[in-house]
Amino acid sequence: MIFNEEFETLPREALEALQLKRLKQVVERVYHTVGFYRRLLDNAGITPDDINTLEDIRKIPFTSKQDLKDNYPFGLFAMPMSNVVRLHASSGTTGKPTVVGYTQRDIETWSRLMARSFVAAGLTKNDIIHNAYGYGLFTGGLGAHYGAERLGASVIPMSGGSTKKQIMLLQDFGPTAICATPSYALYLAEQGEEMGVDMKGLKLRTGIFGAEPWSEKMRQEIENRLDIMALDIYGLSEVIGPGVAIECTEGRNGLHVFEDHFIVETVDPVTGEVVPPGEEGELVFTTLTKEAFPLIRYRTRDMSRLMREPCRCGRTMTRMARVFGRSDDMLVIRGVNVFPSQIESVLLGIEGLEPHYQIIVNRVDKLDSLELRVEVSERIFSDEVRALQQIERRIAKDIKDYLGVTATVKLVEPKRLQRFEGKAQRVIDNRQL
Amino acid sequence: MKVHQISIFLENKPGGLEFATKVLRDAQINIRALALADTADFGILRLIVNDTKAAEAALQAQGFTVHHTPVVAVAIPDRVGGLHSIMEVISKHNINVEYTYAFVERSGENAIIIFRFDKADEAIEALQAEGFTVLPGEKLYNM
Repeated sequence: MIFNEEFETLPREALEALQLKRLKQVVERVYHTVGFYRRLLDNAGITPDDINTLEDIRKIPFTSKQDLKDNYPFGLFAMPMSNVVRLHASSGTTGKPTVVGYTQRDIETWSRLMARSFVAAGLTKNDIIHNAYGYGLFTGGLGAHYGAERLGASVIPMSGGSTKKQIMLLQDFGPTAICATPSYALYLAEQGEEMGVDMKGLKLRTGIFGAEPWSEKMRQEIENRLDIMALDIYGLSEVIGPGVAIECTEGRNGLHVFEDHFIVETVDPVTGEVVPPGEEGELVFTTLTKEAFPLIRYRTRDMSRLMREPCRCGRTMTRMARVFGRSDDMLVIRGVNVFPSQIESVLLGIEGLEPHYQIIVNRVDKLDSLELRVEVSERIFSDEVRALQQIERRIAKDIKDYLGVTATVKLVEPKRLQRFEGKAQRVIDNRQL
Repeated sequence: MKVHQISIFLENKPGGLEFATKVLRDAQINIRALALADTADFGILRLIVNDTKAAEAALQAQGFTVHHTPVVAVAIPDRVGGLHSIMEVISKHNINVEYTYAFVERSGENAIIIFRFDKADEAIEALQAEGFTVLPGEKLYNM
């Protein structure tokens, strides 16, 4: 089934003509409403009139997460706040988050994109959707929620956590579809089995999983343990949230990017050169229809590969391969994006601590665990156990408060962690997806 | 009248304490008394040694963070109720004991109790007034 057949199956020429028309409009609009883009284009020596083909987009310099940080919180908004009806935020690379805004029409666009995604996943208005994405500043929860309502399905706004309750409702409410991070889906399966629940016997038929990297092996395990079809969804708050791209049930090989709303490119993460379809590169998105927070050539740091070949489902949209890595050091811990630099700013915010630390990520019983080893400095060392334990607790609390993730903090001997002259390698990621 | 105690931070792992004792041995340091406070992932080794300065230098050269704490050493006859008689005085003066450890002196007649008090000076005064023997640092280092 296709939610918006007219657009999702447009012949390529028509789709590209629509993209070009919308690209010219958005460039024109940001040039006149967002100071950052006016300077970006001026400095590159171009004007909106220089965009005459889709390839001309390459004349425009990239926008990076740093640019978002420099314009915190609302500097890149193209609409006055009176037209903005919603704000979301995701992890920034340091203390401040990345903020995005939506107009009423943006929310409608996003809801329709999520509804499209659900339909591509085989869902209809008759489905009951158990939404275990976190509700709040994170776009996952509300994005999926609005999409489910737009489709006319019944949505259970479960959010994350309370695993036992989730398992109870999975049995009692009989949802036919679930949205979650893939690792949480596996955790639910495991916890349910431990509680003696027949997790394969639930009414669940489909799972829509995203917000963290996963693998084909994890897909098979989820499918076996829950007896469902598991599909990959992609999105990021900067671009709109979930619903930028999704796998279809027919193909299950790459995620259809909704190109009537976004232009996707892949570039060499080092040189910034555009790489052709089929080759690995960093995903770069331009939003074509967003009003409040348009983005031009945004570097996602997600590594993927584009497939232009048509899909048997009938959609003409380009597919992107499952994201297989990052071109920066961002970690995804239980669906929460974490940058080592954020952890460093938390440590530096605590009197007496030095930024000598190591981050160790493991996956224990299907869930990510974050261990933070911090060297005891001269200034915090005390001969009282209590005082040191207090520092451990303080670090863990600040990490939780600022980053939203739970960390186990371990003090280690001074000068024991490796020192780095060039780029520090502070992360040991032991997860095998 | 206070005794100089040094403390070092140790991770709770095999070989952790061994490395510290090796550093002290190589520097020809004799340990007079010690106590190890431990938690699930770390420990604090508290030491009274014959040569505090040399011990500190040797430990620091090997990357240890050394913390200094003044503690109080009290000598009491090694018999039933000895420690209790000290605690009565301390309790009466509303002084808090952060931690304590003990050893028996070479002759075997006296027990030496090391205290970390929240109010060390007050404790010394009170104990001396009640006739207890508070040992000066030098006595302990050269014991």
